[in-house]
Amino acid sequence: MALSGLDIFKKLPKTNCGDCGIPTCLAFAMKLAAGQAELSQCPHVSPEAAAELSEASAPPMRGVTIGAGDDAIRVGEETVLFRHEKTFVNPCAFAVLVESGASDEAIDGTLAQIEAASFERVQQHLGVGAVAIKSTADASRFRAAVERVRSKTALPLVLMSEDASEMASALEVSAEVKPLICAATESNFEAMLALAKDNSCPMVVRASGLEAVAALTEKAVAAGVKDLLIDSSPTTAGEALRDHVFARRAALNQKFAPLGFPIITFPGDLAAGDDMLEALYASVDVEKYGGVVVLTSADAWKLLPLLVLRQNIYTDPQRPMQVESKIYEFNNPGPDAPFLVTTNFSLTYFIVASEIESSKMPTYLGIVEAEGLSVLTAWAAGKFVPERIAKFVGASGAAEKLGHKEVVIPGMVAQISGELKEELDGWDVVVGPREAADLPAFLKKKAG
Amino acid sequence: MKGQAMAYREPRESAAGTIREIAVGSGDPAVVVGGENALPFYLFDGAMPNTPAIAMEVFDVAPEGWPTPLSDALGDVMGDPVTWAKACVEKHGARLICLQLAGTDPGGANRTAEEAAATAVAVADATGVPLIVYGSGNADKDAEVLKAVAAALNGRSAMIGPATEDNYKAIAAVALAYGHGVVAETPIDVNMAKQLNILITQLGLPADRILIDPSTGAVGYGLEYSYTVMERLRLAALIQNDDMTRMPLICNLGKEAWRAKEAKATEEEEPAWGDAAKRGVLWEAMTALSLTMGGADVLVMRHPEAIALVGKAFEGLSAQ
Ligand code: B12
Ligand code: SF4
Repeated sequence: MALSGLDIFKKLPKTNCGDCGIPTCLAFAMKLAAGQAELSQCPHVSPEAAAELSEASAPPMRGVTIGAGDDAIRVGEETVLFRHEKTFVNPCAFAVLVESGASDEAIDGTLAQIEAASFERVQQHLGVGAVAIKSTADASRFRAAVERVRSKTALPLVLMSEDASEMASALEVSAEVKPLICAATESNFEAMLALAKDNSCPMVVRASGLEAVAALTEKAVAAGVKDLLIDSSPTTAGEALRDHVFARRAALNQKFAPLGFPIITFPGDLAAGDDMLEALYASVDVEKYGGVVVLTSADAWKLLPLLVLRQNIYTDPQRPMQVESKIYEFNNPGPDAPFLVTTNFSLTYFIVASEIESSKMPTYLGIVEAEGLSVLTAWAAGKFVPERIAKFVGASGAAEKLGHKEVVIPGMVAQISGELKEELDGWDVVVGPREAADLPAFLKKKAG
Repeated sequence: MKGQAMAYREPRESAAGTIREIAVGSGDPAVVVGGENALPFYLFDGAMPNTPAIAMEVFDVAPEGWPTPLSDALGDVMGDPVTWAKACVEKHGARLICLQLAGTDPGGANRTAEEAAATAVAVADATGVPLIVYGSGNADKDAEVLKAVAAALNGRSAMIGPATEDNYKAIAAVALAYGHGVVAETPIDVNMAKQLNILITQLGLPADRILIDPSTGAVGYGLEYSYTVMERLRLAALIQNDDMTRMPLICNLGKEAWRAKEAKATEEEEPAWGDAAKRGVLWEAMTALSLTMGGADVLVMRHPEAIALVGKAFEGLSAQ
């Protein structure tokens, strides 16, 4: 897909007028190729050339926005098959299923569960991304359920019905919030396509197998509907894996545009009512190319591991997140409060900090610069060693804040306590617990 | 080009290399691992003759501080490794046992090499299933302990480890002498893993008697590194046919998953995290399955329900 600067240059007016803000057409073409300029900056490019260029420079997998406003989610735009090549781009979204045939109370209950399944981890907010409303009763009930959900949550919606008239009715009460229409199939295609087009909503294209899916997406794109997700209707987890891999390879390696769309998955359909197994299949979708993953329930025990896994898979594997090296104060510490040290790896810091916070015990936490490595990794790499810890303690101003000279080190590096004591003249070194989870009890015991 | 509808061709990819096939144990109860020439469950690309094997953990001394749902699921066996191992086989269907000699740690119970060897033999005799034996992770002590264990298990084709850059010579030598294989452990690094395999094979241990332990991080605690290092090791083996990465991968994940607070915390401690029993099982199972998708051929696991669940997922993923 990526066009060279020269390919682009051939299609520009070659007048070097400079209206694009760049002196020459060639320089502008180079910037375009590098993704540092937009074609729309050139007011003189012919419509035909513009169409060809935008088609040829389109990303191999389209990005699709679902919903409107702050809570809208964006999926797709992935550029690689393996995350060591380049960080994955848009984290898959978890949608939770609500059945229109359920009572209002049951629907409200699920929405409350969705709201409660909200976690803070390493300064990121983790939660459910969308609500999927599935038609399991009649058309009026579907519409009412969509209205109800919409009135109670700002999360994007997935409207699940293969009946176009039912979909039309539900869109009357939800089109402004750009729900995902799910799904267009061979039998309802023209009608669903018209709905997606008229309401400018994203749409799922569903068929049996990728070849049939591709035939439909081509028709949709030809009709001007490009914000698509795809569903090849796998009947086993193995088929799902195969189709996800084939779609991603087709889009990226073969530049096969009809499959260059994010994938929507329904792991619950493959798990025969076993909700633990559903969660495991969903975890494979996180790793293997799911875009929107629809779950049958919003249980916290299911969402927490999935959300944390997603955070793992979508982080940059090259660059650990770090926090600033200094002394952090928790729960209004006075001079008697204990003084703990650890490394500047964000994950380590936030785990330790959250335990100290929840203990409600006044505490100082000193963060030693350790290139963003965990305690043991930093120790093994020579970054969290007595010399460096002592240097930090000396420079940190701990002596002015504290009415004592005692530092608590992580239990994992108990072996450095003797040497650290030598480095830190006049200080006591206490070995803390190995796991941060045991810190509250440790701090309470220390306070007596 | 434009307007020309391209036909869809299934993008199958074949590999240049095949993962070595290794038998753990001897005779009938032997468990064969590895042998695939495709990424995990990519049955559309190649063959995966052996579903990843799950080795159930047994500890030499009773572990402490395990969450109640976990210790309840195992039952009253944790004080005695032989009883524990028999329960694994008879009750939970284990075909492979991973004996964890944590009790030999000089910083802990400091059990002797002879005691450890006696435990290993007792477990092997009582169950008849093949063994993977992990020392405590103390390099010097492990060299001593695994020497005694290797001699005591003479001819039973166990896997012993972890052999690290600090003790691989001693461990590879006893593995060679008594007909075992080694688990070669390196800290999350493709080149270090290759290098250790080179060093071990140079000592004369055949390459098909090595499992790579790439170091394991659980979901939320380093998995992002483990997963990717495993993927890279696997791609080097399959695509580049790199001989010193074509060993099966083993993940010692039970201890990592159950260290996570998310796996251990009770509902009273973390009311917002939901059912503690399910959450713990899922934390371990999801760690295991994620590592499998990264390339693991052997999973060392703890909770019987997590093991059963991962087994079900393997069935579903095999159905293609
Ligand atoms: C992920 C990882 C990496 C990542 C780095 C990730 C990072 N940002 O740190 C990578 C792949 C880069 C890496 C590299 C290396 N690693 Co590394 N790595 C790991 C792994 C798998 C997980 C570490 C982790 O993220 N833990 C999670 C964090 C949150 O844990 P933590 O910081 O320890 O915090 C916990 C506790 O310590 C406690 N705590 C923290 N602070 C405090 C403070 C107080 C006061 C208290 C009481 C408690 C407390 O609370 C936390 C939760 O309970 C471990 C193995 C394992 N499973 O643990 C190996 C491991 C730590 N690595 C190891 C090694 C040797 C290395 C290397 C030196 C290898 C090498 N020679 O190249 C390199 C060094 C990197 C460098 N730049 O030079 C070894 C260390 C061996 C040892 N026992 O000393 C380990 C144990 C693997 C092994 N078994 O060999 N590593
Ligand atoms: S505005 Fe268009 S025609 Fe003018 S220099 Fe830029 S690229 Fe060339």
